[in-house]
Amino acid sequence: MADLRTDFVGIKSPNPFWLASAPPTDKEYNVRRAFEAGWGGVVWKTLGLDPHVVNVNGPRYGAIWGPDRRLIGLNNIELITDRPLEVNLREIKAVKRDYPDRAMIVSLMVPCEEECWKGILPLVEETGADGIELNFGCPHGMSERGMGSAVGQVPEYIEMVTRWCKQATRMPVIVKLTPNITDIRRPARAAKAGGADAVSLINTINSIMGVNLDDFSPEPSIDGKGSHGGYCGPAVKPIALNMVSEIARDPETAGLPISGIGGITTWRDAAEFMALGAGSVQVCTAAMTYGFRVVQEMISGLSGWMDEKGHRTLSDIVGRAVPNVTDWNQLNLNYVAKAKINQDLCIKCGRCYAACEDTSHQAIAMKDGRVFEVIDEECVACNLCVNVCPVEGCIDMVPLAPGEVDPRTGKVVSGEYANWTTHPNNPAAKAAE
Amino acid sequence: MTHPSLTPGIVPGRLSAEEIAANFADLHPPLSDHEAHVEADRCYFCHDAPCVTACPTSIDIPMFIRQIAADNAKGAARTIFEQNILGGMCARVCPTEQLCEEACVRQTAEGDPVKIGRLQRYATDAMMAVNAHPFERAAPTGKRVAVVGAGPAGLACAHRLAMKGHEVVVFDARPKPGGLNEYGIAAYKTVDGFAQAEVDWLLRIGGIEIRTGQRLGAEISLEALRAEYDAVFLGIGLGGVNALRVEGEDAEGVRPAVEFIADLRQAQDLSKLPIGRDVVVIGGGMTAIDAAVQAKALGAENVTLVYRRGRERMSASRYEQDLAASRGVVLKFNARPVRILANGAARAVEFEYVAEGPDGLRPLGETFTLRADQVFKAIGQTLVPVEGLALEGGKIAVTGAGRTSLDGVWAGGDCAAGGDDLTVTAVAEGRDAAEDIHAKLMEG
Ligand SMILES: Cc1cc2nc3c(=O)[nH]c(=O)nc-3n(C[C@H](O)[C@H](O)[C@H](O)COP(=O)(O)OP(=O)(O)OC[C@H]3O[C@@H](n4cnc5c(N)ncnc54)[C@H](O)[C@@H]3O)c2cc1C
Ligand SMILES: Cc1cc2nc3c(=O)[nH]c(=O)nc-3n(C[C@H](O)[C@H](O)[C@H](O)COP(=O)(O)O)c2cc1C
Ligand code: SF4
Repeated sequence: MADLRTDFVGIKSPNPFWLASAPPTDKEYNVRRAFEAGWGGVVWKTLGLDPHVVNVNGPRYGAIWGPDRRLIGLNNIELITDRPLEVNLREIKAVKRDYPDRAMIVSLMVPCEEECWKGILPLVEETGADGIELNFGCPHGMSERGMGSAVGQVPEYIEMVTRWCKQATRMPVIVKLTPNITDIRRPARAAKAGGADAVSLINTINSIMGVNLDDFSPEPSIDGKGSHGGYCGPAVKPIALNMVSEIARDPETAGLPISGIGGITTWRDAAEFMALGAGSVQVCTAAMTYGFRVVQEMISGLSGWMDEKGHRTLSDIVGRAVPNVTDWNQLNLNYVAKAKINQDLCIKCGRCYAACEDTSHQAIAMKDGRVFEVIDEECVACNLCVNVCPVEGCIDMVPLAPGEVDPRTGKVVSGEYANWTTHPNNPAAKAAE
Repeated sequence: MTHPSLTPGIVPGRLSAEEIAANFADLHPPLSDHEAHVEADRCYFCHDAPCVTACPTSIDIPMFIRQIAADNAKGAARTIFEQNILGGMCARVCPTEQLCEEACVRQTAEGDPVKIGRLQRYATDAMMAVNAHPFERAAPTGKRVAVVGAGPAGLACAHRLAMKGHEVVVFDARPKPGGLNEYGIAAYKTVDGFAQAEVDWLLRIGGIEIRTGQRLGAEISLEALRAEYDAVFLGIGLGGVNALRVEGEDAEGVRPAVEFIADLRQAQDLSKLPIGRDVVVIGGGMTAIDAAVQAKALGAENVTLVYRRGRERMSASRYEQDLAASRGVVLKFNARPVRILANGAARAVEFEYVAEGPDGLRPLGETFTLRADQVFKAIGQTLVPVEGLALEGGKIAVTGAGRTSLDGVWAGGDCAAGGDDLTVTAVAEGRDAAEDIHAKLMEG
């Protein structure tokens, strides 16, 4: 059986699956039940200074669904915990005492003043928590008050606050980043410069879920008005994966531990984050959608896959895909593939034809009897036909072997690797040696 | 007193009103919004979609399904009605398993087609529920067209002509319009008076007058219509029935299945409709199936449908056969009636086993007898010929979009040669004839 034990910046947990800081971790009752269900750790719902914040009393969440009401994306306009600080601290201490083997990280967000941060840290330390997460991500409400993503969008602030915390506590400091920026590497570098032990990402993405076309109010609507909220769930996973990989492969932050967050719903999602460099993963929406039991699927799926592939510990998989993420200009332009339609699997819907004919390269022929065939002379291997085909595995991208002639260009496929940097069409190309 | 279900002979009230209501309930209840959205999402929006090719009225099926998926059921209904103004009835009665759904690529892929018929009903119901009619008449042309027969063919023709601005008078021999929609289709396929509601809805286009109780060959004549109107369309269906030509055919209790069904469709209270205890239905088409299933639904104890050829030769689809079997009808194949045994009233039917060979049916030299106090003949309907019109295979000969051998006279639906005898085919032929009539009338 694969060993899922996790050691993330010294914080230990029986598996890498943590609940992200959010409603599932907002109180003792929830967190105890989450631990009973098998979660390896939690990041407690973000604490702030008293007087505690208040939330709206109308809808706090909005969603988009697939036709069978599968939840695809969730958004929220909730703020940090709306319970008194003292109550949260007392509960954290009680839970940690009863579950010493689980990771207990406390998320924090206080005004951007040194004494505020230095004041709260001893209180958290006193609970016995394993670490803290600085919430520089919340994109709504708190940011209007100069906290959350208002800090996370200014690298200098990140560095400054991180440094204050590192100076004032022995606990590991994880900096949670907002995706609402143009280059995720900048805040990550700032966190590292400030001494952060790790970063976690992504927090939620600014979003409006829809507009009510009867009363023209954005959704979710509170008394006819709406505000942008934070988007999360399966829809954000590709964005989160990219941001994680950017930090993992940036020479300035390479090696900085990452806790991956964003749309993780199954073991496979988690494994992908880990392959791109995440040493632990955090989950919010999947738990909010299906309840705590989903972690059992994640544990069994991850260890099953690891066993099958012969990976024994998490260190065998963390970061394994990072070397394969490159800039576009490093991609092998001598690699040539062609779409191939398996006629036995084809159900003759013609979607590949419509897509290619109308929007791509006119590389699929529709023949008598609704037979669809790729025209190798035209196919550029864009993959659109594969993406629109309703039958999995019906269309493959088959690479041409070196020595074969590409019927589209008439050129012999070379076995040599050659990328854009040396391509003759590149005005800035360095002459090949 | 014996329980009413065991009473011999042809009697009413074999089942309670509740049992009858349950037996005649909507065969395919409407989809909920949620079900419709989930089902609509299964459609692949095929290129040059095979389902459209398979639809006799060429409804743009992927488009209307996409409109449903996008929460635009009324837009979907309009897409349907543009091609098929009786899209509501067709959604209920089309043998989709032999038409669009048979061609659906998901049938090929997984043996489970998109439920096109039920989605069509979802869309058409949405528009008809708010009583909206999607079309407006063009400016009056001053032309007048006579349509004979208010069945699907005649109604589709009349509607298209009215849309184009012509004045239409529809004549029908029966007291109510609708043709077999009103008098023939199985009751559980078109519940709650849908056939008349649909006619009323269709007439809201304006410019159509319906005159019932007008029979061609009696109250009206083709010559007179030709003289008075700019064009004539005949959609008179098949008014005659084939005879068994066996001994005992005139016995009491032996009758054409279509008559029984028409009575059933017009009955105010089905628990008052008499039905036999042992019912035998002879034939292999939809009429035979419908008569058998509805006899069973009225409480007949034993209903046996006997068809002279093998199962695969039945014109009723496998789906319809399974429906009958699931309702308790016994299906027997490869047997034909030899005589009806009667003592005034029918008692039994004697059949002989036959095999189909190159020279037709060959007796196998063995017989069997089924008890029968009621016998329904469903071995085909025939055209009651109209004087002056050339025939082909017993039906009115037509060329192009329903042009008959007489100038200015068009025909479509069951009475015209070519095409399957289906509601949707009648609609297509009526509509196409209207387009042809319009083109001809506007030539100048
Ligand atoms: C029992 C039964 C069940 C069926 N079930 C189905 C089904 O489930 N699905 C399906 O697709 N099809 C079904 N069909 C076939 C379908 O009903 C017909 O194909 C369709 O109704 C043909 O339409 P039509 O307009 O040509 O003729 P009809 O519907 O027969 O209409 C003809 C009209 O002309 C009138 N008429 C006849 N003669 C004269 C005259 N001399 N003068 C004036 N008016 C006249 C009649 O009163 C009638 O109103 C069924 C048929 C039967 C008999
Ligand atoms: C209702 C709700 C409240 C949240 N509150 C917080 C919070 O207080 N602190 C925080 O750091 N992140 C908060 N988040 C963000 C989540 O921790 C997480 O980063 C984000 O939802 C992406 O993960 P997911 O796709 O698994 O949901 C919240 C998310 C939701 C849905
Ligand atoms: S064949 Fe089936 S999947 Fe394709 S367009 Fe028609 S209904 Fe949709």
